Amino acid sequence: MKFFSSIILTAILAYALGLYTTLPWWGFAITSFVVALRIHQTPFKSFLSGFLGLFLLWVVLATIIDINNEHILATKVAQILPLGGSYMAVIGLTGLLGGLVSGFASLAASYSRKA
Amino acid sequence: MRIVPFIISALVATGLIIVLNLQLPVGGNKTPRLGYFLSPQIGFWQNAESVNTNYNNDIKLTGLESKVEVYIDDRLVPHIYADQENDAYYVQGYLHAKFRLWQMEFQTHLAGGRVSEIFGKERLYVDRFFRRLGMVYGAENTQEYVEKNNPEMKSSIEAYAKGVNAYISSLKPEQIPFEYKLLDYQPEAWSAKKTYLFQMFMSYDLTGRGASTDLQMTNAKNYFGYQDFNQLFSNIKDSLDPIIPKGTVYAKPSINPIMPKDVDSAYLNNNAPNTTATAPFIPNKNNGSNNWAVAGSKTKSGRPILCNDPHLGLNMPSLWYELQITTPTHSTYGASFPGSPAVIIGFNDSIAWGVTNAGRDVLDYYEMKFKDSSKQEYWYNGAWKKATTRKEVIKVKDSADQVEDIAMTVFGPVMYDNMYKNSSTEGKYLALRWTAHEASKGLLPFYLLNRARNYDDYLVAISNWYNTGQNFVFASKTGDIAIKQQAAFVARWSRQGDFIMPGIDSSYAWQGMIPTEENPMIKNPIRGFVSSANQESTDTSYPYYLGAGSNFPIYRGIIINRMLTAMNAITPTDMQLLQMNNYHVFAEMARPVLLKYLSKASLNAEEKKYVDILANWNLNADINEKGATVFNAIWDSTEAAIYKDEFAAAKLNLGWPDDPILLESLLRDSAYTFIDNIGTSNKMETIDDVVLEGLKKAVTKLAALEKENKLEWGKFKDTKVVHWLKIPALSRMHLPIGGGRHMINATTEDHGPSWRMIVHLTDEIEAYCVYPGGQNGNPGSKYYDTFIDSWANGKYYQILFLKKEDAPKHKKVKWLMTFTQA
Repeated sequence: MKFFSSIILTAILAYALGLYTTLPWWGFAITSFVVALRIHQTPFKSFLSGFLGLFLLWVVLATIIDINNEHILATKVAQILPLGGSYMAVIGLTGLLGGLVSGFASLAASYSRKA
Repeated sequence: MRIVPFIISALVATGLIIVLNLQLPVGGNKTPRLGYFLSPQIGFWQNAESVNTNYNNDIKLTGLESKVEVYIDDRLVPHIYADQENDAYYVQGYLHAKFRLWQMEFQTHLAGGRVSEIFGKERLYVDRFFRRLGMVYGAENTQEYVEKNNPEMKSSIEAYAKGVNAYISSLKPEQIPFEYKLLDYQPEAWSAKKTYLFQMFMSYDLTGRGASTDLQMTNAKNYFGYQDFNQLFSNIKDSLDPIIPKGTVYAKPSINPIMPKDVDSAYLNNNAPNTTATAPFIPNKNNGSNNWAVAGSKTKSGRPILCNDPHLGLNMPSLWYELQITTPTHSTYGASFPGSPAVIIGFNDSIAWGVTNAGRDVLDYYEMKFKDSSKQEYWYNGAWKKATTRKEVIKVKDSADQVEDIAMTVFGPVMYDNMYKNSSTEGKYLALRWTAHEASKGLLPFYLLNRARNYDDYLVAISNWYNTGQNFVFASKTGDIAIKQQAAFVARWSRQGDFIMPGIDSSYAWQGMIPTEENPMIKNPIRGFVSSANQESTDTSYPYYLGAGSNFPIYRGIIINRMLTAMNAITPTDMQLLQMNNYHVFAEMARPVLLKYLSKASLNAEEKKYVDILANWNLNADINEKGATVFNAIWDSTEAAIYKDEFAAAKLNLGWPDDPILLESLLRDSAYTFIDNIGTSNKMETIDDVVLEGLKKAVTKLAALEKENKLEWGKFKDTKVVHWLKIPALSRMHLPIGGGRHMINATTEDHGPSWRMIVHLTDEIEAYCVYPGGQNGNPGSKYYDTFIDSWANGKYYQILFLKKEDAPKHKKVKWLMTFTQA
């Protein structure tokens, strides 16, 4: 239960941050840190829920945009980056980068607590 | 707290953020800041527009005088209805920015020598070149003049700037165009000055070749000597069919430019040891265009039809943005420049107009003698004269500013000097005189053409056009057709300004500008049409020197006039087919020369195969024609066989003579001097030898092409429309389209008809257009490249020229944007 609620909380707070603040793109690292600080979990679970919270958020957001866009821009970006022209790869990379930053922020939070 | 793992994981998180927040160098380029770029809430994903985007909007802004309605049709073309003139331009600015902001700013950064601010010192050479060319200087001069003398133009440009800025300030960080995110910078405020810079950008594109060709020609003249030069770069073209028909009688000139007495020793035969710089880049040689108008006597309807297709670099987003502007004074439709108010090529409810480049020489170099390298004083008319200095400060991303101190002389800025040189200039001081530097009325002629109702209005409008020579074609509902070559043209003596001129006194200075009434023009000719395709505007009976012949391609003009002469009962569809015509009139004239000499040679089986393809070719450069590729290869190799020995030996930047010169030399004289290979001292090559040598070289190339399955003209030419940043993913590659150099459909690899327009001046105007791009400059929009396939296939869109009352209910109108005062 803690695991799922921290995933969801991580995602919701990151989304709200993007919506209501003008913090830079990595602002969610702060909320992910706070979530992991408040919801006690093992370091591994903290990392995973932090990771998944952002991974899922960014993948879902990117996928919705991408479907509405009929893959036009993601396909072009996938040639520029280069990711072989695969919009799926761009979505995956988007989720992965967001997830990693969030996951390590959560992990740090988890270690910062008393064991 | 577990200190060590905490520190490690905190460091990893911070490290990731830092790395993903940096532009990383990859293979000479830089990545975007990946974390930012990929963030779905602020990064590039925000530019991935829904394909079902609803453009309906009620926009409240400050600076409007009254309400403006914009109906947007299914091709995303806006139809602007405003009660106030300035409101129309305000909204035009807003819409240009909404759909083309990045491009507008990029083009004016380029013109203003500011791309180093984006790219850093690797592009400093671009900025230095443009600053030294006087791009900012020219923009300032015209801005100052217009703001003093043309209040209507001033307020239009300012209203336009306000509209652009209204859009920019409405942007949230996540809404900035894609390219800003990719390159990691921010849009800045727009200003009236940028509109003037944009005009300099066009002046450069259309007449800036002279900044390089004058240097190349000087090199060639000095190297070969004037006599040989004059044969190689002859101004005589037997096959020329000028814009104003041959045999026209011209009035006595009001200016008789006097050739300096020492022209032989100090200019033509002054074979000073070389010499000159070359520009780091040069506007495309093929920048040109076609336009024509046919009178009612030649059309099915009895009403004139006007056509125009300007040939420019094929870029994405397009140089053009299509729109309609309707106010109480005028209703005008056509192609506009993002960056400028009003319509540039188009029509209104009374008249239509179009432009082609005149190709006249409006740019000269003078060699200056300075007292010393401080460039404070120069020798002029027998005394030391003080030079002023213009400081151009170039900001460079991640580096110190670069300052250009440019000496200003009576002729203009000293472009090349001891601080700006390359191995071949070595301390020469070359001042530039260019009409684009001089104060002019800017866009006023277009502002007036938008509102012109008849022939007289047209003449008045274009008489205000000063900077770069254009051929303005005209047709009216009342049945008039006309064409006039217009600009302030220098009254030149023969060969004046083709080479660097001595600048130590006024004897080589410009002696006057040709009065506009003496510019070549023709109205309602008996032949029933007027046309231009960048060829010489007149035959040699015109009393003024037009400039070096290499400025004027002649073959499109020949075929256009031939076709129009033969056509009758013309319809807009016929005109569409003519704009897409791929007939290779140059090949028609050159092929017999090649075949004549090849027929005598003994050829092997492979050579014979290609010669047969050439002989059996239908002379149309359609996409599947192999003959066009074969002709191209054999001609180019023959040309190389003739000239390469002489030109390579010079070890200088020399432009090669143009196709008509070589062809006509071969037609006139099979013993053309340059046929002999100067590398073979014991043998005198004949024309048979060089054509055969050309064939042999061509066959090697052709066989390789055939192996790659690229012998068909379309595949060989491989046309593309390229994003300004040259990124293939943002471009459209491998487009199936025929045509090419010398053909009416002048589409080369990356250059060609950038806007095709046909206007039938019936009571309700019937007009067609297409351009290689799309209305929305966002690569994430489905409207980014909407028209490209139609353009390649020769399909046109019928233009919706809508009266305000018909707009709301028209089935092709999809959206309504209203603009009201906040």
